[in-house]
Amino acid sequence: MDAVLDNLDVFVEGFTSTVSLTLLAAVGALLLGTLIAAMRVSPVPPLRWAGAAYVHLVRNTPLTVVFFLVFFGLPEVDVKLPFFRFAVLALSLYTAAFVAEAVRSGINSVAAGQAEASRSIGMTFFQTLRLVVLPQAFANIVPPLASIFIALLKNTSIASAFFTFEGIQAMNRLIAANGDAVIAIILAAAAGYLALALLASAAFGQLERVVRVGR
Amino acid sequence: MRSLRYSSLALAAALSLTMTACGGDGDEPDTAAPVEKTDFAEGSRMKALADAGKLRVGTKFDQPLFGLKGLSGEPEGFDVEIAKLIAAKLGISEDNIEFVEAVSANREPFLQQNRVDMVVATYTINDKRDMVVDFAGPYFQAGQDILVAKGNPKGITGPEALKGKKTCSVSGSTPAETVQTKYGLTTAELVLVDAYSKCRDALSNGQVDAVTTDNVILSGYVSEAPEDFELIGKPFTEEPYGIGIPEGQEDFCDFINETLAEAAEDGGYADAFEKTAGTVIETTPELPSPRGCDK
Repeated sequence: MDAVLDNLDVFVEGFTSTVSLTLLAAVGALLLGTLIAAMRVSPVPPLRWAGAAYVHLVRNTPLTVVFFLVFFGLPEVDVKLPFFRFAVLALSLYTAAFVAEAVRSGINSVAAGQAEASRSIGMTFFQTLRLVVLPQAFANIVPPLASIFIALLKNTSIASAFFTFEGIQAMNRLIAANGDAVIAIILAAAAGYLALALLASAAFGQLERVVRVGR
Repeated sequence: MRSLRYSSLALAAALSLTMTACGGDGDEPDTAAPVEKTDFAEGSRMKALADAGKLRVGTKFDQPLFGLKGLSGEPEGFDVEIAKLIAAKLGISEDNIEFVEAVSANREPFLQQNRVDMVVATYTINDKRDMVVDFAGPYFQAGQDILVAKGNPKGITGPEALKGKKTCSVSGSTPAETVQTKYGLTTAELVLVDAYSKCRDALSNGQVDAVTTDNVILSGYVSEAPEDFELIGKPFTEEPYGIGIPEGQEDFCDFINETLAEAAEDGGYADAFEKTAGTVIETTPELPSPRGCDK
């Protein structure tokens, strides 16, 4: 236990990085995922195909492979970002596929009459989507988005194998220095993820209540 | 339905072909060390192991030259050979050694929970580990060194010169810990991965400036690509590799040390080294003097 308490600063630094990775990748995934969902419901067939292709390709690829392609594939074509940005990029690209499907199901849950009414008063496709459909769609998909972002929080641990200091690397570092307290350190890392995930759950629960009131 | 039936037939045919191919593979156990029969004192750890006829060994599966499980499916390397030497002395044949993957984080729990009989896994002896497990040996003395791109473009001369550069190592390893605590590298200066091969790739595409770990591992990369990499060649730590065993087995510890000493005498130790790590490291080392088993 002392090994954990004496080295709390290492854990704090690690989990701070875990939180940054999660938040940045969540923003990236939300933007890209919404764009892909919009492509999938657009009236332009090539856009629909491209959106579907992205979801099927990325959602069915292991995250580790996505990391390998970003970290070792992009430098081959002379794209060299700092490692932390590569990690955010890999996590965003991967999570976007899941977000896109959640947003698409949200869009489908909005009654067709809403879009028809918007079009009948002369709104364009993008106006309909932005002002009428998406606001209602997002209110419906808070629970699945919460699951996706909690999965993202835990998925950041893959970055520990790719040049990125975060919760798991903090754990590994303490294990190397404290061979006499391995289990305590692993339990502390588990507690760290659990605490963050519970915090995220609570935040999304709150958000769910807010959007319900708004309706 | 019809095409489904045909494809499952084809699959069955393909499977049976593969199985025949596997069955036809008759590897001669040509390098098997002679199995010795020795009588051990009643109640000793050696007696218990010899009677069980099986030895469970934790070793690395991803460490070139020491413990690497490749396409053959069997781990290979100097650590594996050392385990075989000890097994043979116990009267246990190679086939009855059960190799279990040990990564840095599970070596102590494996021994504490008696899941393995010993750990031979580039396992540096240090005080904190010594508090929860016992060490026989050391059987090898490594030292931490630095790998850089050919021609040393960043002019890195030693660990002090790593400040302000980007250095790569493996998360949770002793070498990473050393450059962090002794040489003050920050998490921005020291990037960590799960396997040294990633560090090597990042060094070759210029994403990091240096790779640091034990010299024996780095030597392997230089030998693979001498036109890409070079070793600084000034080890700055001493990493005695020991054989981890559960606490309180002093008899087994003494037995291992005797076995190592005999192997050093009769050439078994040199043989084990030359066919593994010795393929890239020119000088075969002497067996380091044992540290003794009593605490």
